[in-house]
Amino acid sequence: MSLVIKGASLLGQQTRDLYVDDAGVLVDEAPSGAETIDADGLVALPGLVDLHTHLREPGREDAETILTGSQAAALGGYTAVLAMANTSPVTDTAEAATRVWELGREAGLVHVQPVGAVTRGLAGEELAELGLMHRSRAAVNVFSDDGKCVHDARVMRRALEYVKAFGGVVSQHSQDPALAGPAACCHEGELSGRLGLPGWPGIAEEVIVARDVMLARHTGSRVHVAHVSTAGSVEVLRWAKARGIEVTAEVTPHHLLLTTDLLTGYDPTYKVNPPLRPQEDVDALREALTDGTIDAVATDHAPHARHDKEHAFVDAAFGMLGIETALGVVRTALPDLSWSDVARVMSTTPARIAGLAEQGRPLEPGSPAHVVLVDPDTAVTVDRDASASLSRNNPWHGRSLTSRVVHTVYGGRVTVRDGALA
Amino acid sequence: MKHLLSIDDLSTDEILQLFETAADMHDVQSREVKKLPALRGRTVVNMFFEDSTRTRSSFEIAGKWLSADVINVSAKGSSTSKGESLRDTVLTVCAMGVDGLVIRHPASGAAVQVSQWVDAAVVNAGDGMHEHPTQALLDAYTLQRHLGSLEGRHVAIIGDLTHSRVFRSNVQCLTRLGARVTVVAPPTLMPSGIGAWSAAAGFETSYDIDAVLPEADAVMMLRVQRERMSGAFFPSAREYTVGYGLTRNRLSLLKPDVPICHPGPMNRGLEIAADAADAAQSVVLEQVSGGLAIRMAVLYHLLAGDTWGGIA
Repeated sequence: MSLVIKGASLLGQQTRDLYVDDAGVLVDEAPSGAETIDADGLVALPGLVDLHTHLREPGREDAETILTGSQAAALGGYTAVLAMANTSPVTDTAEAATRVWELGREAGLVHVQPVGAVTRGLAGEELAELGLMHRSRAAVNVFSDDGKCVHDARVMRRALEYVKAFGGVVSQHSQDPALAGPAACCHEGELSGRLGLPGWPGIAEEVIVARDVMLARHTGSRVHVAHVSTAGSVEVLRWAKARGIEVTAEVTPHHLLLTTDLLTGYDPTYKVNPPLRPQEDVDALREALTDGTIDAVATDHAPHARHDKEHAFVDAAFGMLGIETALGVVRTALPDLSWSDVARVMSTTPARIAGLAEQGRPLEPGSPAHVVLVDPDTAVTVDRDASASLSRNNPWHGRSLTSRVVHTVYGGRVTVRDGALA
Repeated sequence: MKHLLSIDDLSTDEILQLFETAADMHDVQSREVKKLPALRGRTVVNMFFEDSTRTRSSFEIAGKWLSADVINVSAKGSSTSKGESLRDTVLTVCAMGVDGLVIRHPASGAAVQVSQWVDAAVVNAGDGMHEHPTQALLDAYTLQRHLGSLEGRHVAIIGDLTHSRVFRSNVQCLTRLGARVTVVAPPTLMPSGIGAWSAAAGFETSYDIDAVLPEADAVMMLRVQRERMSGAFFPSAREYTVGYGLTRNRLSLLKPDVPICHPGPMNRGLEIAADAADAAQSVVLEQVSGGLAIRMAVLYHLLAGDTWGGIA
């Protein structure tokens, strides 16, 4: 199906029409018989790319499936997501990775790119079959034990060395298990002291970021820091980048807007790993994203069945939904961020980090038609029950967020039309 | 007051009113027939997700002396360990027509969360490292009986502050009643961020027990909670005792007749020497009897209707 997207403002700058041919590629001239989308007043961006999504399939299809996660992603303006490996069974073989990739293709709403585990069963001991996953049809390029830290420095070193052979990247969940402690669930500070919640100190993240930066320098390999949450980590990243070390980093939307004070009422909706931090960390993360020290926004979309959150706070599952709301949260947290910069941190750079050549491309002839069209002037009040996700652990429920995703186009196919699944 | 989850739920007047009611309840303990009809027809469930003998017994007797139907549910190792959510577990119990739910849970905040799910009045009987409000009330009640008003009195709270819900409730209760509070612990057993917290809440901190004891009008020793410690908080029991224990030698630092409290169970020889635990000024057993009176007062005020005027 060919398309004419009429009157879109490209990256919030010049206004022009976009033409999509039957093959789903942007072209120079209007194809005949094309469907027209009126994009007057809408900003066009390359389809968003999420480096960090939990789709829960296989294993916890009651919380999310690849289909429902893809639907939620499309509604959020995404055209590609990287599906984290901590499923059950873990994505640590070529077969498992290929299965996730196939289910993503069947859903057909976004490109679902599996992330492979770094170590077998996420156990942190033996390397998973990194090369076989890369050589599979899924072409895995990003490896992560996310949810757990690859805390053994020797294993991390070997992983970094090994993926060099095919240009892979290791995405690290930076959490020193000894410093954080087994029950850590709340930013360590005055509030955790008063509430009696086991603290998760910023230093437990920072020592791993610092170590991995040095390992990346030593191995000459690429390391990616998942969900950076502290000002100290930002300092380390700034130091490393100034020295040309190959490190990239992501920040979640929730760490750009929410603070640890929300835990006062022990609501497990706000229990997330790493935990929500104080305002000074949030400020540092915003600054770092703006100046490029942090490269990308990644959602860490973490759906959980209701009963997994209805435990005492320390026993409840970590994580919150985020893929449908990410753009609005970023726009709300950083209203002065230009649309070019939004495209950079939510599409172009994530695609580059993940090695997805078809994604994050400029909206010009020859590029695959992965496009999101955003109404910049409409605020949306989030309703958790209106979500496509199977889960409801939505920290944004009832909040008003700036900007609305109106249409999403994935490979020329309209997946979201007027804010609803097409 | 619908629930008692934290000392923060109570105004100063309400605390003092509870003390008045508790004094009346205390008298019941010396009666031949220890029974009041106040909660006849009410059902109270003691739901304990964590082992406890003294607190559970205290709430059980308190409820029974007020004529409530009291049921004990030992929830440790029950449905939640079989995978049921805490919400489902408490809703199931409350569906049986419960008026009051006394909850003890190893997780901080559990009582707060439960209060949002059920219609019954919830009493926090200790939640993780968070709060133990009836313990703080009974401590303050006991000290008030010894010292008169707590206004301007100096109370030293000494020991494992990090893991202590008793400390967290007591520091609120005692400062609310006008006491000057100094907390003493090694730095590793001070809660994170205590500097800012103490400044905001108006209490003092110290690492030096020997400097604090001579100034104290009351001493509250806390149990070293070795079962909660996953790391190296101090080098050895011997070093802890030398640094922070209420030893026989330190008794001589105290002013005469300074009451010594301990919430129990005591680690004799660790945080408190037998000489201190059994000293004439030890009020440990008075805390127990006062605790019963306080819990009667709390259940009475929560469950007997609009009764902040005292017992009939």
